[in-house]
Amino acid sequence: MIELDNVSYGYGGNALFSQVSLTLAPGSFHFLTGPSGAGKTTLLRLCYADLRAMKGKVRIFGEDAGALDRDAVAMSRRRIGVVHQDCRFLDHLSIAENIALPLTVSGRASEAAGNLKELLNWVGLGAQANQLPPELSGGERQRAALARAVIVSPDVIVADEPTGNVDWEMSQRILSLLIELNKMGKTILIATHDLAMIRAAKSDVSARILRLSEGQILQAGAEL
Amino acid sequence: MKALLDLIVGDPQADRSVPQTGLTARLTLFVSAVMAFLAVIALAVSLTTNRVASLWAEDLAESATLRLPADPATADALLLSALDVLETTPGISSVRALSQDEQQALLEPWFGPDLPLDALPMPQLIEIVADGDGYDVDGLRARLTAQVPGAILDDHTAWREPLLDAASRVRLIGWTVILLIGATVAAMITLAAQAALAANVQVISVLRLVGAKDAYIARAFVRRFTLRAGGGAIVGVVIGALVVLLVPQGDIAGGLLLGVGFEGAEWIFPLMIPLLAAIVAFFATRAAAFRRLREQT
Repeated sequence: MIELDNVSYGYGGNALFSQVSLTLAPGSFHFLTGPSGAGKTTLLRLCYADLRAMKGKVRIFGEDAGALDRDAVAMSRRRIGVVHQDCRFLDHLSIAENIALPLTVSGRASEAAGNLKELLNWVGLGAQANQLPPELSGGERQRAALARAVIVSPDVIVADEPTGNVDWEMSQRILSLLIELNKMGKTILIATHDLAMIRAAKSDVSARILRLSEGQILQAGAEL
Repeated sequence: MKALLDLIVGDPQADRSVPQTGLTARLTLFVSAVMAFLAVIALAVSLTTNRVASLWAEDLAESATLRLPADPATADALLLSALDVLETTPGISSVRALSQDEQQALLEPWFGPDLPLDALPMPQLIEIVADGDGYDVDGLRARLTAQVPGAILDDHTAWREPLLDAASRVRLIGWTVILLIGATVAAMITLAAQAALAANVQVISVLRLVGAKDAYIARAFVRRFTLRAGGGAIVGVVIGALVVLLVPQGDIAGGLLLGVGFEGAEWIFPLMIPLLAAIVAFFATRAAAFRRLREQT
């Protein structure tokens, strides 16, 4: 699905990580942990071609991400659902319109009517469909972001601190939604600080736990 | 045609992706309306000048004046000789000696109505009207020199050429003004589109995150600015046309100011302005949007 092959990236001449390799196999579940500033978000952005590797190769669905033009990047984003910690909604659109946005931009707006109600109920936001994003709580916004990420039935879901702004109960609810998606065959990559969430997930899903530290990816798991 | 229809009808949901910017919208409409109004006035002046100049030039080209010396002793003989020469010249359709009253009317604007014409040595004027093919001016001059000494033939070349030259320049100025108006509309739309794009960086970022192509993002801006420029231009053209229609009309040959306006098929030109404004806006916004999206990677 997505493959990082000896990838290096940095900002302002300082290397954030170097020669990092990672393969997201179809249907796999990954947690990416590490201290703040280790480069988790950067690594995620490389995975959905929001950044281009300085060295090495990123392959997205078999294509060299460095060689994709902007239209090809857009097409690959339609197969990767992204959930941000800050959700990134269009505040002038209702929650329902925001969730339907991936269908709208891909010319499949007519499909939204059927999927949307089901999806809103799945994430527990049936009653908030017509509210604007600023009117929702942090947890509701995170669930709405997850619904937006999955509405086009992507192959991969990349989530950056999806439980960063919510309480334990809500983080468990979001995690269970992600596990459910993985059981449906979706590839999941979650960057998180929340070790308790990772421990809670271990009983329900076979997850690979990666730790990004000092510019390298290390296998973790046993210590968790 | 389908692309034009798609642009006008648009995709309401896609359109809603980009928030409306009230001030930019109002300014675009206003500037487009003002520019269209100015274009209508420039067109009216340019086309009217062209029409008046053609009319005057045509009249002057067909007619000439022969002036006989103001010598009462030889006046009658010279008049007879001149009429004889003129009537036997091929290419002249009519010849007419101006009466004393007509000559007085010509002088009245300069000397007033009480001019004692009888007391003054007045040269006799003869009006010559050429037929379609015209006559040999040099040949006629040679015959007049030989048979009507002192007669001066004025074929109006000295009047006609500067008039045509001036009309041509006014026409050129008119079209230059219209081109400048078009360029100003393009520049203004480009600036407004860039401002709108800059104000919507976050929106563009979210649209890209969910898989929007550049063409989709650009289309929302292009459609909006094209419709605003076209709509504003319609308002400007309507106001401009009303102003032109309010200009007092009269005999066009009597003066430029009495004839400013459009005649018959000329009305197509102002009616084309909204379409041209929309086309200019379409390409200006499209270029600005794609440039901005290329930069915002």
